[in-house]
Parts: sequence; C-alpha cells; structure tokens
Amino acid sequence: MSKLNFIYLCLLVSCVIAFQSDELLQDDEEFGLEGGLPHPVHLDLDSTNNIKIPIITPPVIPSIRKSVDDSDSKIQFTLEHAFGDSDFVPTGTFTARLKSWSHGGQTLTKLRFSRNTFTDSEKEEFKQLLKDDEFYRIRLPSNVLSPPGKDYIVSSVKARCLPRDGLDEHFVIHMESVNILAVNYGSPGACPYPRPFKLPTKWSFNSHTVLRNSEQAPRAPAFVEDIIIGGEKNAEGENVPAVEKTFWAKYWMYLIPLVLIVMNAVTQAMNMPEEPAAGGAQVAQRAAPAANRRR
Amino acid sequence: MAMVIRVFLLLLLSFYSIPSSAIYEDQVGLMDWHQKYIGKVNQAVFHTQKAGRKRVVVSTEENVIASLDLRRGDIFWRHVLGSGDVIDELDIGFGKYVFTLSSGGSILRAWNLPDGQMVWESYLQGSTPSKSILFIPTNLKYGKDNIILVFGMGSLHAVSSIDGEVLWRKDLAIESLEIKQVLQPHDGDIVYAIGFVGSQFVTYEINARSGEILKRTSETFPSGFSGELSYVSNDMLVALDTTGSTIISIRFGDGQISFYKTAVSDLVENFSGTASIVPSKLTGMVALKLNSVVVFVRVTDSGELELVEKIDSPAAISDPLSVSEGQQAFAVVQNGESRIIITVKQANDWSGGNLLKETIVMDQQRGNVEKVFINSYIRTDRSYGFRALIVMEDHSLLLLQQGEIVWSRDDGLASIIDMTTSELPVEKEGVSVAKVEHSLFEWLKGHLLKLKGTLMLATPEDIVAIQGMRLKSSQKSKMTRDHNGFRKLLIVLTRAGKIFALHTGDGRVVWSLLLPSFKRSDACPNPTGLNLYQWQVPHHHALDENPSVLVVGSCGGPNAPGVLSFVDSYTGKELDSSTLGHSIDHIIPLPVTDSTEQRLHLLLDREGHAFLYPRTPEALKLCQAELPNIYWYLIEADKDIIRGHTLRKTCTFEGADEYCFDTRELWSIVFPSESEKIIATAKRNLNEVVHTQAKVVEHDAMFKYLSKNMLFVATVSPKGAGEIGSATPEESSLVVYLIDTITGRILHRVSHHAAQGPVHAVFSENWVIYHYFNLRAHRYEMSVIEIYDQSRAENKDIWKLILGKHDLSSPISSYSRPEVMVKSQSYYFTHSVKTMAVSSTAKGITSKQILIGTIGDQVLALDKRFLDPRRTLNPTPAEREEGLIPLSDALPIIPQSFVTHSLLVEGLRGIVTIPTKLESTSLVFSYGVDLFFTRIAPSRIYDSLTEDFSYALLLLTIVALVAAIFVTWVMSEKKELREKWR
Repeated sequence: MSKLNFIYLCLLVSCVIAFQSDELLQDDEEFGLEGGLPHPVHLDLDSTNNIKIPIITPPVIPSIRKSVDDSDSKIQFTLEHAFGDSDFVPTGTFTARLKSWSHGGQTLTKLRFSRNTFTDSEKEEFKQLLKDDEFYRIRLPSNVLSPPGKDYIVSSVKARCLPRDGLDEHFVIHMESVNILAVNYGSPGACPYPRPFKLPTKWSFNSHTVLRNSEQAPRAPAFVEDIIIGGEKNAEGENVPAVEKTFWAKYWMYLIPLVLIVMNAVTQAMNMPEEPAAGGAQVAQRAAPAANRRR
Repeated sequence: MAMVIRVFLLLLLSFYSIPSSAIYEDQVGLMDWHQKYIGKVNQAVFHTQKAGRKRVVVSTEENVIASLDLRRGDIFWRHVLGSGDVIDELDIGFGKYVFTLSSGGSILRAWNLPDGQMVWESYLQGSTPSKSILFIPTNLKYGKDNIILVFGMGSLHAVSSIDGEVLWRKDLAIESLEIKQVLQPHDGDIVYAIGFVGSQFVTYEINARSGEILKRTSETFPSGFSGELSYVSNDMLVALDTTGSTIISIRFGDGQISFYKTAVSDLVENFSGTASIVPSKLTGMVALKLNSVVVFVRVTDSGELELVEKIDSPAAISDPLSVSEGQQAFAVVQNGESRIIITVKQANDWSGGNLLKETIVMDQQRGNVEKVFINSYIRTDRSYGFRALIVMEDHSLLLLQQGEIVWSRDDGLASIIDMTTSELPVEKEGVSVAKVEHSLFEWLKGHLLKLKGTLMLATPEDIVAIQGMRLKSSQKSKMTRDHNGFRKLLIVLTRAGKIFALHTGDGRVVWSLLLPSFKRSDACPNPTGLNLYQWQVPHHHALDENPSVLVVGSCGGPNAPGVLSFVDSYTGKELDSSTLGHSIDHIIPLPVTDSTEQRLHLLLDREGHAFLYPRTPEALKLCQAELPNIYWYLIEADKDIIRGHTLRKTCTFEGADEYCFDTRELWSIVFPSESEKIIATAKRNLNEVVHTQAKVVEHDAMFKYLSKNMLFVATVSPKGAGEIGSATPEESSLVVYLIDTITGRILHRVSHHAAQGPVHAVFSENWVIYHYFNLRAHRYEMSVIEIYDQSRAENKDIWKLILGKHDLSSPISSYSRPEVMVKSQSYYFTHSVKTMAVSSTAKGITSKQILIGTIGDQVLALDKRFLDPRRTLNPTPAEREEGLIPLSDALPIIPQSFVTHSLLVEGLRGIVTIPTKLESTSLVFSYGVDLFFTRIAPSRIYDSLTEDFSYALLLLTIVALVAAIFVTWVMSEKKELREKWR
C-alpha cells in the first residue's frame, strides 16, 4: 500500500521534474539552425538526469524482477506527424528496450526519442497552422512489435500551444505490455486561452517523454487481510501498520514542563546550598505551580 | 477564501443533517405514485372455468405473464421473468395450471392458475437451439400423471404435469431436421413430430408413453418447402413451396406420404408474387396471405383445395374458438378511418353469415390493430356472445364487448426508451369568484379537519377523510407551474413510437401521441424511435410559445434514413416532421440556442458528416461562431476504440448544402483486443450544477477538477466479459480510465485485479462511482474515484485574491497539461445492481445521493458520504467535524433508505432525477415494466415546511397569544390602578 503510494509519488514527482526541465537547451546546436540539415538528436533520457521514465511494472511478485532469465531486446517505432488535414509522414523514432519477464509479460524500458527537425516546407506548413489556429497531429502504432497493430494512435494539439522559445512538446505514452493504448501529446505546461499567434524563435523541438503503465487500485487497509487469505502474495509491505509515534513525539508537551520544573528546582537548589535538605522538597513543591503557569 | 469558509460551513451543516428518506405509513402515496404494466401482449389464453372468475392469462414482450380481470382489466397476479427469459409459449392445462415455455424452449414452468404461485419449474436439456413447441394433450396419461409434450432445444420431451419431471427425452436434432409441428391426430398414445430436412418431409411416429420412435417416414418434395406448416385435419397438412406460388397439401397418415400440388394462381385470379401461410388453427381450412389479401381455403380429405373467402387487408385474425359441438368461430379485425370493424365468422359454415359484426370507434392515437383474441360467453338470451381482446399498434390492450371498449390499458408505458421533462404553463391571472369561494370553503373545512386531527379530536371517519384529502389534493395535479417546481410533465417515448406526457403529481397521462411520422410506410418500413430531446424551452421573454420536444428516430437498419418529429409539449400535437436524407448515428445537442430559443443540434451520420438543425441562416451563423469549440467522441464498442472528432468545414460531397459539415479525427485510444474490452462508460450530465468548486480537506481547500469533458471508461479482459464465474480471478481484471474527451488525454488509469463486470457507473461533479464484482472476495464492490485539480492550488493565496491577481475567472483550456490528484477507495456492497443514478438539485448545494436500482427491482438511496475516499479507520476530531464516517469495509444498506419503500418497480431499467426549484428536493422517476415516481430530499427538507404543516394551528396560536397579551395587559393595568389607589 505505502509502497505503491511511494511509487505513485515518485511518478508524480518525476512528471513535475519532466516538464520543468530546460536543460536540453544545450542540445539546440545539434538540432541545427533554421534551414539547416536535419540532424537526428538522441535524447538520452536516462543519462541526462532531467527526464525520468517512471516504469511502473504491473503488480507482479517483486522477486521476479530480479530473475535472471529476463531477456532484453531493442525495438524501434516511428512517430508520424501531419499538419492539419495533410497525410502523416515520419518525423521521429522512439527506441526502447523490450524487457521480457519470466512470467510472460513484456514491458518497455529506457525509452529514447530522436526527432527530425522540420524541413523548410514543414516549417511553412507549421506557420500556416499557427496562423489558422489549426491542429498539429501525430500518430504512433498501437503495437510496437508489429506496427501499426490494430490501428494508429492519433493525438493532436492546437499548433499554437507548442511554441515557446523553441517548440516544446510533451508525450505521455500509456502502455499495456507492448501495446500503446493512448498518447497524450501537448505542451509541457499551460496553453492559455485565447491562444495568441506567436512564432517560435528557434525551430527545434524540446521533447519530453513519459511512459506510463497501469497502476493497481488501492484497497482499504481493512480488507487487505481478506485478500491475503485469498492467496495474493504481493501484500508485502502493504499491511505495515501506521508507524508508531516515538515516546518524545507523544509526550513532549508533558516532558518539556517537567524538564523545566526539574531545571528550575535544580538551579534554585544550587542557589540555596545553605538550606537544609528538607527545603529541596519545598522548592519543588513551589516550582510546580510556576511550571503550570508557564505551560 | 470566502468560498472556502462557505464550503466549510456547508459541510458542517450537511454533517448535522443526517439524511433519511424513510416515510411514515400515512405518507405513502402523498408524493409518490406507482403504476403497474405488463407490456405488449403476445399471447392470451382465456379461462372460463367458472362464471364468477372471468380472467385471461397473457404473456408479453416484456417477458411478463399476468392474469387479468376481464371486467376491469386489473392485474390479479403477475410475474416478470428476466430479460433473457423470453416466453415462447403459453397455455392453460388441466383446468388449474398455466404452463409457460421460455428461454428458447429450455425452461418449462407451471403456475397455479388462481393465485399465480409457481408449482414447478423444469430445465429441459437439448443440444441445438430450435423452434419451441408446447403441446398439452388432454388425455395422455402416464400412470396418474398427465403428460405435457415439449419440443425445445432440438429434443422432444415428455414432462409430468404433477412435478415437472422429465419422463423421457428424444433427441431429434439429427441431420439438420427442423421440427415444425407436434401433433396427436387420433386419441391414443401415438404422437407425430413433423418437420423438414431440406426439401424432405419427415414424420416421426412416437409412442407418447415411452418415447420410442415407432416409425420414421420421409418423402422428398423436389421444389422444397418454405415457411410454416399448417395443420388442417387428422392426417393432412398444408405447406408452400420455396417460390411461395404453389400450395402443397400433404397427406401423411398410415406411413404413406403423398403430396398434392395446387398453384395459388389457380385459386386466386390475377395473383402474382409470394404467398405465405397465416398461422391459424382452423380445422379443414388454411389461411394464406397474398400481398394484402388473406384468402381462406378449404382442404378436402382428398387434398382438393377450394377457395372459401377473400378478405381485403385484415389487421388481425384470431385463433379459432370452439363455440359448441363441432362449431368453430374466429374473429377478423379490419382497420377503418378512426374505427375498427370486428367480424366473428363461423369456420365450418361460411354461408351462414357472420356471428357478429361490430364497428367500434377507436382513438386514432392507438394506431392499428395488431392482434386479436376472442372469447365467448352466453348472453342473457342464451345465445353466444363474443368479447375480443385486441392489441393495438401503441401496445395498448383493449377489451371489446357489445361494440364498446370495456376497458383499456396503456401497456406501451412498460417499454420506455427515453424520457425528458417539460415545465407546465404558468398560471393565468384572474380566477372566477365562485372558484375562490368554493376553494376558500374547502380550505377552511380541510384545515378544521386537520386541526381536529392535530388536537386528537378527530373521529376515525375524520381521519379517513383527512387521508383522502391529502391523497387527492387538487394542488398536486393542477395543470400549472407551482412555486416549488414539483409539478412537471414527464415526456416519455415508448418502443411503439408513442409519446406520453405524464403529470408528476398523480402520474396520469395528460396527452399521448402516436407519431404519424413513425408509422410504417413504404418509404420507412420499420421505423423505430431512438431519442427524445428538448427542442425549444421558452423562458421569460418568449413564454407565449409552448415548449417542444424533438423526437429522433430511424427507419430501421444501419443506413436507413433518419426521421425527425417536433412535438408541442403542452398540447401533444406534432408541429413538424421530416424524413432526412441521411442516417442518424449520434445526436449532439449544442449549448447554443437561437433567438426563438430553439436548441441547435448536430446530427452525425454514419459516413462521418455532421448536419446542423434547425436549418436556418441564424442557426448556421451561431454554429459557425462555435465551430472551433465543438468536439465529440465516438465509442466503437465492437472494435474497442474511442475516437475524438471535431468539425472541419462545409461538406464537399454531391448534393451537400451549407448545413452539412465534414469531420476530422483528432485523437484515438485503441484498447488492445487481447487484453481489454470496453464494457461500461459514464459521463457527467451536461446540465449538472456544481455549487462549490473546492472541498475542505484538513483545513485546506482542494479544488475539484470539474471539466465537463470527462469520460469514464471501464474495460475488462475478454475472458471476464462473460457472466460472473466464467473466468478465474487470475484471468480477469478490470481497468478504469478517466479520459479528457477534447484531447484524448488519459487523466487517470487504474486496474483492479481479479475483478469482473458487469460494471455500472455514475459520474457527477469530480467523482465517479462504479460497481463491479470482485472474484477473489466473491462479493460485489463499489469504488469511488475523486479527481482534484492541483494547478489551481495557488488560487488559495489570500493576497492574490485581495490584489485581484487570482485567475478564477480566466478560461481553462483543455490543451493545458492538467495537474490532477486522484483519491480512490473501494467498498463491498451486498446487492447486484441493475442501474445507477445520482440525485441532482437546482443549485448543487444539497449533498448527493447515489440511487441504486437493485436486482430486487427497488431503488436504494445511498449517501455519497459513505463513498468518500478519505474515510479512515479512526478519523481525527477534525475529520469527524467535517462529517467523515469511520471506515468500514462494506457499505451499509439501511432498510429505510429504499426510496421505493415497499413497492417494486418490476423490470427496472432506468432511474432519472430531475431537480426542482426547491434546492433540498429532487424528483426521481424510475421506469421498467412499472413506473414509480417520488420526491427525495437527500439532506432532508431544510428550506420549506412540510405539506401537512397546519397553518390553522399556527394562526390559532397567534390569535391565542394576542388575546393572552390583551388579557394580561388589561389585568396589569387594573392591578396598577389598584396599587395607585391604595
């Protein structure tokens, strides 16, 4: 339970990191200047620490993750785009590692994306889209192993949402094993309405990609026991009772006055060394209401 | 901030009002009504066992069997079989049983005739689906039992009439045999099963006691057979060949089969086309339908055919009825202009003239006659009289006797397919003095009685009078708008294509209209109504005009043209209608109205074009302004794909005009077919009003994500798509999605392992509640997902609010990346669910209730607070203050929270809630075979006095108080004076 929450939190945090990062600007040179030749740029999403791809593995037994017979293979699939109602043409490539689990499932990890820069004609088309407040559309195959699979996954955005300094885009790819269910494509932040007409200063793409797998629904702690009896083994760490508060955390409000009383008593006792031993008790008695008042 | 405080106060308020929808015994019927229906009658069997008990047993298309009173049309008893349990055959046997054969001939049940108790039920095994035949021989005994012969699922069964035990079973499903008839030609043990194998005619001679096949005879008829077989006499049958132009009379007795062919054109001159056999059980005679004419042909023992009578376009022909020894009578009904003609003929003696010929004036709103059943009785003058039960085009059931309609039932209301509401007209100024005087007197009398009741002075008669007065208070059934908005018209569309307007006060039918444009015609052979929309809802400045509704239908079939009809909501007159040049796949009401307050609608056809209605230049202008903001999605359930679309530009195809738009696909979500299948979707009601945009959680405001463009989708593994128990917990899982329908963005996605459908869901405000089955816990579960908007969290800053820098009023674009936070929780729930709805109120302040249509056909109101994802085992005092209920694993079912109290809404299919002007109250209309209407107040009625509040008592108290003040004042004056004189 708490583990899942933790993973979920990680995911949220990483998303936040993902869209706030601007560190890819250093790659801008490689994208080339306006009208330059298209250079495929590899955004190593794992080595550059700014984009994490949180992989939520399906809720399998954790030990399986370490099993040795998992095999990896590299796969590629293309991103295609269209301007308004034009036909789709390839514009970039996703590469990823396909991890096969011993229980038969397959997941993608280490997704990398390389995008071609716009050609001159594409820039013109894109400018036209910006002018008309039209849609910039992309599509991906629905199955990465045998593209296009059942059908293409289409997503679109109003072209005016993309330009900032460069062209900022954000992909969230929802996966189920080797199938792509949906891709959320858009600007990494807000796209205010009404959308102003603005040309990008740099014709280079600043891409952020996130892979998402399905999460498991949380269950109320009260029924986890039933589920364990029912034979589910992945309850490891889910049934941890709430962390017991430390003694200090529970009783500080009593401890502090007590310490003060004691300290008070001690200092007073030190100030009056000539008093007989019986006086110490008296002092302590006198100090208690004072401490109460302080409290 | 002010809003936050308000929210907090409201939450506090809602906590202290513990809702309960229970009512007292004497409140039943005050604000609720319940109507019982049976649906369109398929089969009817009269029983005239004793003179005192005049009843008819009917089975209907809604899978109801019922026993009706022949004098008044009331239901004596009724049983609603499940929606999959279609009744094939119905019969009365041995004087005291009703037998029904249902579910494709696999379930045979016996019911006790007088009280409808089920006597026994028998499941019949079989291999292949086939025609089902129920045959009750009168004199076949097996020991002491009578035998019932049932042909179903490809097998012939003999069933004992006492306990339903299957005595023997004979599989006749071999070699693609189609059994058409089971008959017992002579008194004795031998029964015949007769059918076709391709063009071969086959008879089986079977010993009814043992099930042994005594003889199998077959004979090939080269040109083949088509359609039905008609049993004519002991050893004679009549069939038609494949072309439908030749009548074949088949003699099959004595192990010999011989065919006699007669061309139809020899009997009827100038005949061309195909004939078909009209199923009738006339002896020695067969009825054939040739185009619009029905001919009766006598079949002699030698197989000769002889034309007896020709009837032009009859609407219905009844089964024959034996009147006296060897005498058969049957009825023919013909439709006339606003009348019907019913003729009862003698089957044996055609020359003797008609036994009866009556013309009955018929309401045109009932349409044509579809079925007729007749029954005879003995008149006072000892002659035979006939009464006829007729089923009309609008599914109503009428009993005709002596040329009059004895009673009628509007059973079309058992099959409501869509509904909407309409406000009543505003009360006109100026009421006559006499009326005022009368009502004043009544008012005074009523209040006097009520006062007596309150002061416990009322006699029992008075109490009855008070109750009667409350029940039929003229206030609630008035035809004008009331202050609280309780009185409305419920406009319902039934499967027969008829519209009814029901008054919410007492449930009476205010008007009904059998849509002329939905009648069968050559251009539109099979019209069906699809949906009902509010077309024109005039507000203040256009109150002179009546509101109207739009009825959308289709001519049947996927590419058939659509039909539109506009109906006045007050008068029930059809204002306009049109048959469209395109099909209708979906209808999108736009949030725009033109200057006459007609709502703009986009109709999508199957080719991906959108058509704008109304077709006026003004509407076009309005639509074009909204063009870039119109988005919709289509769910392709068969392919498990959801696609988002938008409008592009004016159509370019041949014959298109400027009211037609091309569409383009914007996004798609493709569910992998090997692992996910869409089983349920839910979306927010577009008219829903949300009062508070934020929720206080631990003294901090959380903003609800209130996009109207959210869609809830539930998918299951293909293996789990079947019935519960068809998949193991490992095989089946449920995945739910929250999808933004503008961009196709998946906002939330979560999977439930070991869960299975059916899934029912409701979506309201920022939460969705769904019901499914947990295979591992072997219980039903309900889950809640609440979605919160994190991007608006900075709006809480009070300095921004003060400095006017908050962006609460700035438009929110779907193209911005949403930052959402989701809270969810699951609870067990005992009932399985038929349908779910959520209460809705005028301003959205009142807390919500989930209305659950349970499997027991009741409606349960469950407070939303039980489905709060924040419930914890030990809520902190702050949380308790907020109204959080301690966590439990199951949702409570409080018996008092059934809004249907003791009543059942048989065959429950839908629940609709309608807000009233009074914030605390909403109207609930639930429909199925029955209709039930009531009012609910999820947080109790906090904004008005109850109806039985005694104003007179209040007045009396005030008067008494004033009098007491005067008396004490006078007394104190006197005392003061005395003091001064002392």
